[in-house]
Amino acid sequence: MSSAHSNDAPLLAIRGLTKSFAGFPALQGVDFTLEAGEIHALLGENGAGKSTLIKTVTGIVTRDAGTVTLDGTPIAPRSGEAAQAAGLATVYQEVNLLPNLTVAQNLFLNREPTRFGLVRHGEMRRRAAAILAGFDLAIDPGTPLGDHSVAVQHLVAIARAVDLSARVLILDEPTASLDAHEVEILFRVMRRLAAKGLGIVFVTHFLDQVYAVTDRITVLRNGRLVGSWATADLPRMRLIQAMLGRELGEATAEAAPADRHRSGATEGSEIAVYEQFGKPGYVAPFDLTLRRGEVVGLAGLLGSGRTETARLLFGAEMAQTGRARIDGAPVRLRTPRDAIRHRFGYCPEERKTEGIIAELSVRDNIVLALQARRGPFRPIPRREQEALARRYIAMLDIRPPDPERPIGLLSGGNQQKALLARWLATEPQVLILDEPTRGIDVGAHAEIIRLIRQLCDGGLALVVISSELEEIVTYADRVVVMRDRTQIATLEGEAVDVTAILKAIAGDEPAEAA
Amino acid sequence: MQAPSRRLPALRLPRRGAPQLLAFAAILLVDWLVSPQFFDLRMQGGRLFGSLIDVFNRGAPVALLSIGMVLVVATRGIDLSVGAVMAIAGAVAASLADTHALPVVLAASLGAGILCGAWNGFLVAVLGIQPIIATLILMVAGRGIAQLLTEGRIVTFSAPGLAAVSNGAVVGLPAPVVLTVVVLAVTVLVVRGTALGLLIEATGANARASALAGVSTRTTTLAVYVWSGFCAALAGLVTTADILGADANNAGLWLELDAILAVVIAGTSLMGGRFSVPLAVLGAFIIQAMNTGILLSGYPPELNLLVKAVVVLAVLLVQSPRLAGLSLLVRRRTA
Repeated sequence: MSSAHSNDAPLLAIRGLTKSFAGFPALQGVDFTLEAGEIHALLGENGAGKSTLIKTVTGIVTRDAGTVTLDGTPIAPRSGEAAQAAGLATVYQEVNLLPNLTVAQNLFLNREPTRFGLVRHGEMRRRAAAILAGFDLAIDPGTPLGDHSVAVQHLVAIARAVDLSARVLILDEPTASLDAHEVEILFRVMRRLAAKGLGIVFVTHFLDQVYAVTDRITVLRNGRLVGSWATADLPRMRLIQAMLGRELGEATAEAAPADRHRSGATEGSEIAVYEQFGKPGYVAPFDLTLRRGEVVGLAGLLGSGRTETARLLFGAEMAQTGRARIDGAPVRLRTPRDAIRHRFGYCPEERKTEGIIAELSVRDNIVLALQARRGPFRPIPRREQEALARRYIAMLDIRPPDPERPIGLLSGGNQQKALLARWLATEPQVLILDEPTRGIDVGAHAEIIRLIRQLCDGGLALVVISSELEEIVTYADRVVVMRDRTQIATLEGEAVDVTAILKAIAGDEPAEAA
Repeated sequence: MQAPSRRLPALRLPRRGAPQLLAFAAILLVDWLVSPQFFDLRMQGGRLFGSLIDVFNRGAPVALLSIGMVLVVATRGIDLSVGAVMAIAGAVAASLADTHALPVVLAASLGAGILCGAWNGFLVAVLGIQPIIATLILMVAGRGIAQLLTEGRIVTFSAPGLAAVSNGAVVGLPAPVVLTVVVLAVTVLVVRGTALGLLIEATGANARASALAGVSTRTTTLAVYVWSGFCAALAGLVTTADILGADANNAGLWLELDAILAVVIAGTSLMGGRFSVPLAVLGAFIIQAMNTGILLSGYPPELNLLVKAVVVLAVLLVQSPRLAGLSLLVRRRTA
């Protein structure tokens, strides 16, 4: 939109970019166009392919197919340095600089001004001061970088990247750890750089910031391009639809599955009641009741506080406000063990780092939670362990059906099933599933959804976090919608549909609780 | 179906323990070649003597240390203080030996070891200090404590009860060897007979996932450091009984490194996870068999350090996943 020279080649043009990891497609023929002087938001939920796109373009990973041209010239950098030399600079969420070196040293790392092989510190500081002045950064270049706030460190990283004669600046979630004021400073710098003709790719999860600073929006979903719009032409509601992958028309057209709401009349008995439960700066106080045979869906964009809510419910994070009653008695949830004692289970989203114990066998992984609850001195006899493992391997169709195989060698879907088995073995009454279908193949996906319904019919209370709204509405009795770490709406019964959830997420109007 | 993750079970050797047993046999063979009477045994005063018995007898302190160490390493920790704890336990025992009854002496000495272990466990499990730093504190301070206990002297004693810990014999076998076997058996029984082994491995391999599965990672971690302290105190008793005195400066000096080496030889990853206590003990005896061999061969004992370094390198090379990939490549090319 902002490009004046229409007959020229765009600053950065990506065409048909494709990349697979171990057979799983991460990018499928994605196009992306960045004009000079443009601030371009690259959006999408987890696993949409934003990081892969950036890494592929900047040479961190090699692409399988597709072309990248900078000013009309094809480029194929083999490393981050090569990309930098070609004019593509990237600043990541975690500042990639050396906090114990000075600001000036960081700015000139690897390209220090020298005379006879010796670094000219005075010259370096002078030039650093000049660069910093251009960014309105009133800091002493001789001070260690680590002494400054994260925001300043980000700006220094950007200053360094730009000073390396960048044409394109890629900012990968730079604002995640900044406060409102710092974000404003960053935006000012971004606008000034864009005015000088730089193209800026801005990755973020904060939609307010998208509308505050960008000219254009490109949305990816499941490795595919959803579309590209001028920011001014794309209402927030439609943006969220694009990100979550549902057209409004489709959503309303589809009849709600008949078996979803067990007619609402069979009110299950209360298992857990949370009142004004919360932790300042983590999740705002909320009320939630979990009933037998009911599925509560937690919906919201990434970073809206869904996972944080789950962790509070499970005691993985200790609440600082409010009360919880389980089975009618007040409880304090200090650690997961407290919740597990009341027959809670939790499958985290981060399967590899928080779920599986990769080098232990499938059997060990399945019996772990049950064994932990019984304590070390009441070991589950080996024969019983094997029976448990065999039972759940058969029931959930875990493949390969070998209980002694290290679980790290299984596919994502089978790891997820083994984690479900871990909790099912404890005969839970509440099961919290955080993105249970993320990153697993289509077959396992359907099986896990079927299982969620079965479990629910079996009298379990389920809390399911999912970004797949069309999936949530098929099994959830109630949907709690979150935004900015706050529970903003609860949809119940007939009100549970994709449109209503989208509306609540977008915050166009206060969604009325049913 | 399976993810191509080469790195995961890097320690799955074809048959667990086979390389270690082979290495031990090979070193014993070399020992026999340099000293033909290596396998000779004779009975004297109701106790077996001979070079082979010596390997086990001299290796007992490190073997005891490695029993505790392997559990600590399995939780992704390390215990650098065991040598210093040996000195403390020895100093306590030696200074009480001639004035107190044997049970009191043993209880005080072992109690000191348990206390030291609990201190390490507290720093690591409760305060969350990195194990290498946390135990470094006691490694340095412990020797100081031992020197304070002995007032800088070598405290000697003559009580035959304590001396028997080293020179005694049970069915012909030296007491330290029997002690090692008993502690090994008890440890294996406790660790594998209960679910502690699983909880230790889970904690070491992925502490976050374990905590979310309800494992009390804190208690588990605390327990292994306590056991390591206890084992170190036993090792300290053996060395003190051996020289009929406590030398705070030298008792157990650098033995923590031998114990770590034994654990590494046993194929335990320093990143935590799967472990084998018997293999760690075997690792300790492998080290001692090398020491004894060099002694018997008449080469200067300084050579010992070099030989040890070569063995460590060999063990690590055998376990290196990169090398495994490399050898596959070579084989494919030659084929």
